[in-house]
Amino acid sequence: MAQRSRRGWIIPAVTYAGLAIGLIYASFPVLWMFFSSIKSNTEIFSLPPRLFPKEFTMKAYRAIFGNPAKVRFFLNSYLVASVVTLLTLFVAILSGYGFSRFSFKLKKPLNLFIISTQTVPPITLLIPYFGLVVAIKMYDTYFALIFTYMVFTLPYAILMMTGYFNTLPKELDEAVMVDGGSSFFALRRVLVPISIPGIVATGVYTFLLAWNEFLFALTLTKTTAMRTVPIGIQQLMGQHAYEWNEMMAMSMLGSLPILIMYLVAQRYFLAGMTAGSVKS
Amino acid sequence: MAFQVKVGSTRPLLSYKAKRAIAPYLYQAPTIALLAMLMLFPIIVVVRYSFMDNVIMNPDPTFVGLKNYASVVSNGTFRISLGNTLYFTVMSVIFHLLVGLSFAMLLNSKIVAPIMKSILRVFYIMPWVFTATIIAIIWRLLLNPSGVINYALSILKITGTNIEWFSSTSTALHAVTFVNIWAGYPFYMVSLLAGLQGIPNELYEAAIIDGANEVQKFRHITIPQLSPIIISIAMLDFIWTMQVFPLVWMTTGGGPIHATEMLGTFTYKLAFSTYKFSQASASAVIILVLSMSVAFFYVKHQKARD
Repeated sequence: MAQRSRRGWIIPAVTYAGLAIGLIYASFPVLWMFFSSIKSNTEIFSLPPRLFPKEFTMKAYRAIFGNPAKVRFFLNSYLVASVVTLLTLFVAILSGYGFSRFSFKLKKPLNLFIISTQTVPPITLLIPYFGLVVAIKMYDTYFALIFTYMVFTLPYAILMMTGYFNTLPKELDEAVMVDGGSSFFALRRVLVPISIPGIVATGVYTFLLAWNEFLFALTLTKTTAMRTVPIGIQQLMGQHAYEWNEMMAMSMLGSLPILIMYLVAQRYFLAGMTAGSVKS
Repeated sequence: MAFQVKVGSTRPLLSYKAKRAIAPYLYQAPTIALLAMLMLFPIIVVVRYSFMDNVIMNPDPTFVGLKNYASVVSNGTFRISLGNTLYFTVMSVIFHLLVGLSFAMLLNSKIVAPIMKSILRVFYIMPWVFTATIIAIIWRLLLNPSGVINYALSILKITGTNIEWFSSTSTALHAVTFVNIWAGYPFYMVSLLAGLQGIPNELYEAAIIDGANEVQKFRHITIPQLSPIIISIAMLDFIWTMQVFPLVWMTTGGGPIHATEMLGTFTYKLAFSTYKFSQASASAVIILVLSMSVAFFYVKHQKARD
């Protein structure tokens, strides 16, 4: 014991040093983005560099809000991500309930299929999607994005909803059915109301996936009026490559809904993050 | 209720048993329809495209066998992309694991107050909430030749001044990989932290009684207990990292002179910059086959854990 206490300072010292390094590593880039967005463009590259602005300015934000084309990027992203979330939830609740409460012949193969869709590269689907979307005259529409986004939101949402329904006792819906109600009635009136936490977690994660999508939005839309935030930022970078404060302000606004959801509903967020991989 | 029974009792359209047998398929119908349209059908189409010439651009393409595959595989840029992707993926997976495991262990430490741990956890997960475009743009600013990282490195006399991290052929691939490590470690950290919290304390207590030191506890308890989680997240990460596109597209665009060309950017350029959709399809099928071969082991591993 004497020997242990003599060297006892090593572990705390290493732990706290590690935590401090980790904090800087993880958050410095994010802080730099935030503070750059409220600096003037000349101050961003002033030497020696400083994190906090000498002169606080909202010029970059005003430039974005004053430009209807840029505001449109945000409206597009909110619209697409919201509709994708609603549609995904609807389909995933039905499917998750089916997986959780029924046994049927195709259950195992279908479940395996859903798990393996997570690993299909989006770039492989992109070329046929492009051909298809052009052929049915849906190129450069909201429909093209909403429809194709469901290919990557749905598998996650189904796995999450199935997992959530599995935690609820079967007796709940069986009681309804004994009383003569259908299984759909049991789902709608009993299971959905008590599954709100699971539905919120699934919804938050679906929104995140749709909000952050890049490849399909880049390829399946063309006009500035149809672009989403990630593509808008790319365009901004191409057009005025040196207005860093404006690009940082755009990035801040582009992360805002996700950051808020993350800070407010962290627990729900983490549920989505590990849905595919970790089993309890 | 009585009224209902009367009406229904004449002759139910479907027996209860038949309803019970059909119901699960009704619940799965929207999913099956959507995934058939969005997953099965496109895969069949892309495989078909890869055996034809001039698809999409030409109204009636003809069957050309393996010609597209031959031209993709013999393309020098494809081989460079394959090598770059392999380097990028292997390095990312290794460092994601190292950084993620270190942070998870720090956050699981008993000597730190729980409130401090939950505050720190919020910050440690932060990189994961940003979309690839925004991550790319933040790091383009940080790693700008006259940016803050170059300034810090030159003050500390580690490097010279004004290094063009993303636009020099000797540093671009490392820089992109470094950024991807930052962007991806939280997924490991969260999964491993859950794993660490699930390790029964008795195991460590027994080891202490046997006189084990910290290193021995780590090697003989922590690692074996975490290994099923490590294997499954590393395989998933390998598959996803191999498919990288937005981060590279937004930082270097695959350049300079293909120094950061990945399978994803190579395929995208074939299709949407040079309009060689047939060759791009062949390349996309190759990426699919590569992903699927790792996915095969992933699914096998997941089934074994059940």
